[in-house]
Amino acid sequence: MKYFVLLAGYGELPDWEKLTADEQEALMARHAAFDEACASRPAVEILGAEALADGSTATTLRTRGGEMTITDGPFAEAAEQIGGYYLLDAPDLDTVIELCRVLPAYDIDIRPVPDMS
Amino acid sequence: MTSTSDRSPTCPDRVIEQVFRAEWGRLLSLLVSRTRRLDLSEDALGEAFARASDRWPGEGVPANPAGWLYATAYRHVVGRLRAEAIAGRKAPLLAVRPGWVPPGDSPEVVADDRLQLILLCCHPALPRESGSALALRLVIGTPTEQIARLFLVPPATMAARLTRAKKKIVLAGIPLGAPLDDELRTRLDEVCRTIYLAFTAGYTPSAGPDLLRADLAGEAVRLAAVLHDLVPDAPQVRAMLALLLLHHSRRAGRQREGSLVTLADQDRSTWRQDEMRAGLGLAAGLRPDAGYAEELRLQALIAAEHAQAPTAAATDWTAIAGHYAALEAQTGSAIVRLNRAVAVAEVEGPRAGLALIGGLDEVLRDNHRVAAVRAELARRAGDTELARTSYLTAIDLCANEAERTHLRGRLDAMRRTPGSG
Repeated sequence: MKYFVLLAGYGELPDWEKLTADEQEALMARHAAFDEACASRPAVEILGAEALADGSTATTLRTRGGEMTITDGPFAEAAEQIGGYYLLDAPDLDTVIELCRVLPAYDIDIRPVPDMS
Repeated sequence: MTSTSDRSPTCPDRVIEQVFRAEWGRLLSLLVSRTRRLDLSEDALGEAFARASDRWPGEGVPANPAGWLYATAYRHVVGRLRAEAIAGRKAPLLAVRPGWVPPGDSPEVVADDRLQLILLCCHPALPRESGSALALRLVIGTPTEQIARLFLVPPATMAARLTRAKKKIVLAGIPLGAPLDDELRTRLDEVCRTIYLAFTAGYTPSAGPDLLRADLAGEAVRLAAVLHDLVPDAPQVRAMLALLLLHHSRRAGRQREGSLVTLADQDRSTWRQDEMRAGLGLAAGLRPDAGYAEELRLQALIAAEHAQAPTAAATDWTAIAGHYAALEAQTGSAIVRLNRAVAVAEVEGPRAGLALIGGLDEVLRDNHRVAAVRAELARRAGDTELARTSYLTAIDLCANEAERTHLRGRLDAMRRTPGSG
């Protein structure tokens, strides 16, 4: 199955800017460890992954009554914190949950990607 | 039923009822493991029982009723799968844990996959209330209408909730297969919380004639007993079953003429001795633990103290206050502190109890019980003004009609006998 793993918030993690260089490196090391954990699991593969620019750079489009409006984003206050995503291939939800324990302690949303074939 | 002989143990209807109670969950869990289709398995097993009701009265009960039902249901699933394949509309299978081994094709239905089914229903990714409803439905076969009554929602709402939960299990990839060791312990904690929720739903007072739904809380006790049979060494499960049995054994004393009866006023001769003994036996074997298992153990010990007291006056409140203090240290819960205050008041007097509930109004802002307990303790301490205002606050905050009536009764009784304690 495919899973979209949204790094939806920083939870109890301090702001990136407030971290020392060493702390930033330790955080990035956990992403590297996640890559390795996924690679060592049978039937698990990272299909895509990106970090996103700060929520203040988002642009929101809304169409109401056929009219599109363009505003400063993000579309919801909670989306301010979205930091990035992984797209995984994994056999089941429990495997994904277990792997996510390797990541920094983000607030995470896991969504299955339905098989449209 | 036309004559008494119809109720004999060999009457087909009676056999079907017995087989349903004893075998539903085991047969369903095997079907689910073998076909990895939750929806089709549930439908097919229901269909097999319906067919048994049609045929067994005429043809006689087969030598192996469970085997007959399993084979009939399995053929039904295979037929549906074939129809789906022809229509080109195959629905997704349940996910499985890596290394999961499917059951063999043996026609002997000896295996038991109910633990897998329970873990599937009580997965933390499902809303807990849906999980507890689903576990009752799938593991012990409680009808949807009854589950709806237990949780005080219309049957259509409950049916929709069950369908959504089953859909999420499949689409989110919640897998079949029991986790090992550490993870199993964490998951069993979640299972216990889920079953406990179903139990307490039965004792949540509602308006009208359905004041308590203790008969349906009994379904949760049955589910807990099944789980205890499957994992007899799991301490949290043993503690939960002890707790549930001890509470449930008092059900007949808890209401009288449409009103709630407090523990102190209950007629102890109505308490079920067999269930109480079973609960006490389980509680006696519990060792100090950690985490949720310890919370359940302390709660079971408190329930055991009440069960062992021959009269309300003979209750060992010192022991109960001690268990509550340990439970409060373990959980930091304001509700536990409130209960502890009641126990402490019995040992050290109402003023000691009042002192303990001092800061609770802030934390339990909308809970009428803080005011209700304060009213009761103030009345006993002779502070009628505090008692009066506290009763009024409690009546104002209480959402349940039966409990409000009870509180008004206490207030009126105090007004009739001013200055009494």
